[in-house]
Amino acid sequence: MCTGRVDLGFVLRAFSKGADGVFIVGCRLGECNYTTHGNFHALRLTHLCKRLLERLGLDPRRVGIEFLSSGEGARFAEATDAFTAQVRELGPLGRSEGIDPDRLRNGLDALESIVPYLRMILAEKLNPGLPSPEAYDAFFASGDVDRVIDEAVVEKWIMARVALLLRASPLATAEIAERLGLSPSEASRYLAAAVARGVIRYDLSQKRYALGSVE
Amino acid sequence: MENVRGEAGNFRVVLKKKPRYVIEDKCTGCTVCVEYCPVQYPDPFNQEISLNKAIHVYFSQAVPLITYIDESCLYLKEKKCGICSAVCKAGAIDFTQSEETLEVRVGAVILSPGFEPYDPKLLREYRYGEFANVVTSMDYERLMSATGPFQGQILRRSDLKHPRRVAWLQCVGSRQVREGANSYCSAVCCTYTQKQVLLTKEHDDGVECTVFHNDIRAYGKDFETYFQRAEALPGVRFIRSYASIVREDPETKNVTVRYSTPDEGVKEEEFDLVVLSVGLTPPADVERLAETFGVDLNDHGFVQASPSNPVETSRPGVFVSGAFQGPTDIPESVFSASAAGSQCGRLLDRRRGKLATERRYPLERDTSAEELRIGVFVCHCGANIGRIVNVPSVVEEVRKLPHVVFADEQLFSCATNSAQDITKVIQEQRLNRVVVAACSPRTLEPLFRDTLKEAGLNQYYLEMANIREHCSWVHAKEKDRATPKALDLVRMAVARAARLEPLQEFDLSVTKAALVVGGGVAGMTAALHIAEQGHPVYLVERERELGGTARRLQHTLEGLDVQAFVRDLVWKVYRHPLVHVLTGAKVTDAWGYVGNFVTRVEVRGRVRDLHHGATVIATGAAEHRPTEYLYGQDERVMTHLELEEALARDDERLLGAGSVAMIQCVGCRNDDRNYCARVCCSHAVKNALKLKEVNPAADVYVLFRDMRTYGLREDAYREASGKGVTFIRYVPEARPEVSAVEEGGRKVLRVRVTDPILGKELAIDADVVSLAAAAVPHEDNPQVAQMFQVALGPDGFFKEAHVKLRPVDFATDGVYLCGAAQYPKHLAETISQAQGAAGRVVALLSHDTVVASGAVCVVDEEKCVSCGQCVAACSYGAVELGANGRAEVNPVLCKGDGLCNVVCPTGAISLKHFTDEEFEGQIDAALAGG
Repeated sequence: MCTGRVDLGFVLRAFSKGADGVFIVGCRLGECNYTTHGNFHALRLTHLCKRLLERLGLDPRRVGIEFLSSGEGARFAEATDAFTAQVRELGPLGRSEGIDPDRLRNGLDALESIVPYLRMILAEKLNPGLPSPEAYDAFFASGDVDRVIDEAVVEKWIMARVALLLRASPLATAEIAERLGLSPSEASRYLAAAVARGVIRYDLSQKRYALGSVE
Repeated sequence: MENVRGEAGNFRVVLKKKPRYVIEDKCTGCTVCVEYCPVQYPDPFNQEISLNKAIHVYFSQAVPLITYIDESCLYLKEKKCGICSAVCKAGAIDFTQSEETLEVRVGAVILSPGFEPYDPKLLREYRYGEFANVVTSMDYERLMSATGPFQGQILRRSDLKHPRRVAWLQCVGSRQVREGANSYCSAVCCTYTQKQVLLTKEHDDGVECTVFHNDIRAYGKDFETYFQRAEALPGVRFIRSYASIVREDPETKNVTVRYSTPDEGVKEEEFDLVVLSVGLTPPADVERLAETFGVDLNDHGFVQASPSNPVETSRPGVFVSGAFQGPTDIPESVFSASAAGSQCGRLLDRRRGKLATERRYPLERDTSAEELRIGVFVCHCGANIGRIVNVPSVVEEVRKLPHVVFADEQLFSCATNSAQDITKVIQEQRLNRVVVAACSPRTLEPLFRDTLKEAGLNQYYLEMANIREHCSWVHAKEKDRATPKALDLVRMAVARAARLEPLQEFDLSVTKAALVVGGGVAGMTAALHIAEQGHPVYLVERERELGGTARRLQHTLEGLDVQAFVRDLVWKVYRHPLVHVLTGAKVTDAWGYVGNFVTRVEVRGRVRDLHHGATVIATGAAEHRPTEYLYGQDERVMTHLELEEALARDDERLLGAGSVAMIQCVGCRNDDRNYCARVCCSHAVKNALKLKEVNPAADVYVLFRDMRTYGLREDAYREASGKGVTFIRYVPEARPEVSAVEEGGRKVLRVRVTDPILGKELAIDADVVSLAAAAVPHEDNPQVAQMFQVALGPDGFFKEAHVKLRPVDFATDGVYLCGAAQYPKHLAETISQAQGAAGRVVALLSHDTVVASGAVCVVDEEKCVSCGQCVAACSYGAVELGANGRAEVNPVLCKGDGLCNVVCPTGAISLKHFTDEEFEGQIDAALAGG
């Protein structure tokens, strides 16, 4: 098994289950003993994860990655200590960032529910190609990642969040906007799109949105 | 080694074994004794920079990973102390041990004693041992190492500060003809220095690195680009100059180096640390070793190897591998080791397998209908885990975990009786999952898996929790937190164990024949070696004749008559009943996998499908056709190979030549081909010597960029120089120019070149110009690579699985490579590598079956949406879309890295033994402790 086996779902699950930080350690880049170079996948995943955490209002430093050889025990300990210290300084997940626990849970759960989709984004849109640290640095320093998230992830994510909210009870636009931290007009746009796709419906009698399409 | 009697096939070797004072079977490598040992002395493994104890493990990767006691021990000296005996819970210390003499009977011997780093104290001018901040490259290697004297911090010995300016002096003890030094080139120092520069910059990119060098000998595969990488780093200077150590500052202990540059002349510069790039010398006590084994040494004290078989010594049945052959880098050491192994196999083939016995296991219990019954064994590892982690309390807590029906502690789980206990408990308690909480699975997982098999349980029902390396060792100073962490680790292991599935490893039959593609020296050597060890070989050559490039070579620098050698080899190949030669043959298709390949070959219009278990790619290299220097326009311009052929037929142009100019680096070390073709410098020297021999009056000029006559070939370079061959360096920015002119009625080729040191243009009027046309990859390498599913490197040569660990293997199982197809190389190197490849082939073919792991990927067809992401993610070609469009895994090719799992949008493909459910169980358990 390789660091490349680390799935976005694992990282998100750890946060959902109460981890305040997730640290990934893989072999040194470019020194794969096979032809796989899977650690680059882990690197891509880390970059994406940081950006997604940011969107949730969480500190991106809660996800870390380090590349070490098996002979570098001391550096492993050093890197782990440094990461732990940093997470400790950041404090408990969400609370330190002042995010409402329900909103955080909703955001993380929604992300988990779209992991299969995010895997495709990672493989297709967030892939700098050549496994070279330089190429990766350049790619992830560019605005491309945020653009990909804006264009291909945000809407999907919000819909997933709305679906999770509505699973509990039907809600009005203002309530949904408030729980997602969006302005009512922003929320309306997403809600309209979700209705158009038949994911949710507007229940006229309750004057609220509910799950499912109009019969 | 005391003495060796007998002959090839039947040696008696008398060995003297020094006492270890530690019983090997009992020592578990826990190193508690090391901690308590009161004796400190300079650690030889860390170049005596730091201290170690009288009882210690030699180094952190030592095999076996157990302790020994050396002469500094108080008990051995004065019968005092004995603390180690008291603290060792395994009872492994035994001071009654004494030197043993034992005799072993063997059929063959391989000498691989390695080398001794050159001792710069032999030349006082280097001030080694005198100036605190002059270190050898070996010292520096340890300073950089995470297991080194300062845990990976590069510190000066004088003040334990980080050096900011580091200088390397190349060729220390090498390439010098004088008392105390060696005339040969040590072959590895240029590249290891570049590595040290790169690592230094990685440690701290502010360090200024300066390398004072002679020629840069970046002759190996990927060395040229490696050098370019090092040279391009900011703050790195490579200065071509002799450098000497002038003085040490009495205050700062900084070291001043004197050198000269063409622009600034002689100057002095101060450095914080000076590294002497020391060369390689024969192993210590080499004369006695040679005498004991009755093998001849050469003038330098390395073994005198046969020019036609570099792993053969002067004594039949005694082989050599590695740096005892002469200065050798790691890849070459590894393939010469494979070659030596293959030689032994050839000699002793009739005895193969005679000493092996088959293990038998009880029938595996079907647990599919059983409730989960998990057993947990928590190991004390003597005091190693036990004194940090409260093992009994861990056991107590573990008993409360779901599905755990048994938990107990063990002093050493790995001890033979403990493993038997585990087997017994599994049977008595009818356990169906087992957790061993002990050390790293890297070392002992195979043992415990075997324990499960002994108990009739599927071996994949084992899970280990590493509470030693990951807990007691790293938290020795925070005992109170170590126990809860150990419990976390065990809880995670239990959670995973509950989700484990029984997996089957399966045996694949092996077609006991090999295919060798390419009938040059590499292919023929490999084929013959495989056949001589009892396996049929198909040798496929596209030309009408066997022999390849070697047909054009006359002799080697080592004195081999190449034509006679090739004739003899061809004859042997044809005569061997197991070698099936197919000349004029073209490979048109290939499929299958390890042990079961099929290759389609077209021989003069006839198509044949060859079945074989292993494949060797030995397709060689081509000669570059120069477009420069009037080649092809003027018949007096030829390549080095053509010159060699012309010399062999006593060509008048050469016998009557007044002047011959050779131009090096034609068609490589440029933008098109950014590599060094390795053999051309020695080739030029060889031809120059031959020219001087047949036509002593001729002036011979060699125009070079770096003379790369690495290793013992340096002597030939010096000999040529001594015989009046003129070597003129040029830089790539000012390449030589060749024009055909008439000078005083004489038609000559005028070669103009600028000497970079004199800054002056020289004009040489030559009768013949010879070009070092690079060895280049064959044009059809990409097709060959695609057919056999193997990789090509950026240079277009075939790419081995790992440059050091597996230099003759492809990443594709069952396919091997050798000769110039991998990279240009000398004939002796080709022969050695071909034997190495043969050795690897025979190792595979000598088994009736190959075992495929159970931890491979599997597809849930229902979930698969045929997107093909998994196919793209797999670097082994193990996943394909099958006839119904769904992904299919070939478990034989799957290496279990699991990359396909994380790209699958539906979770249809999963890696067995590392499933999402197993990981999720572990994650949840890890965070359940709060």
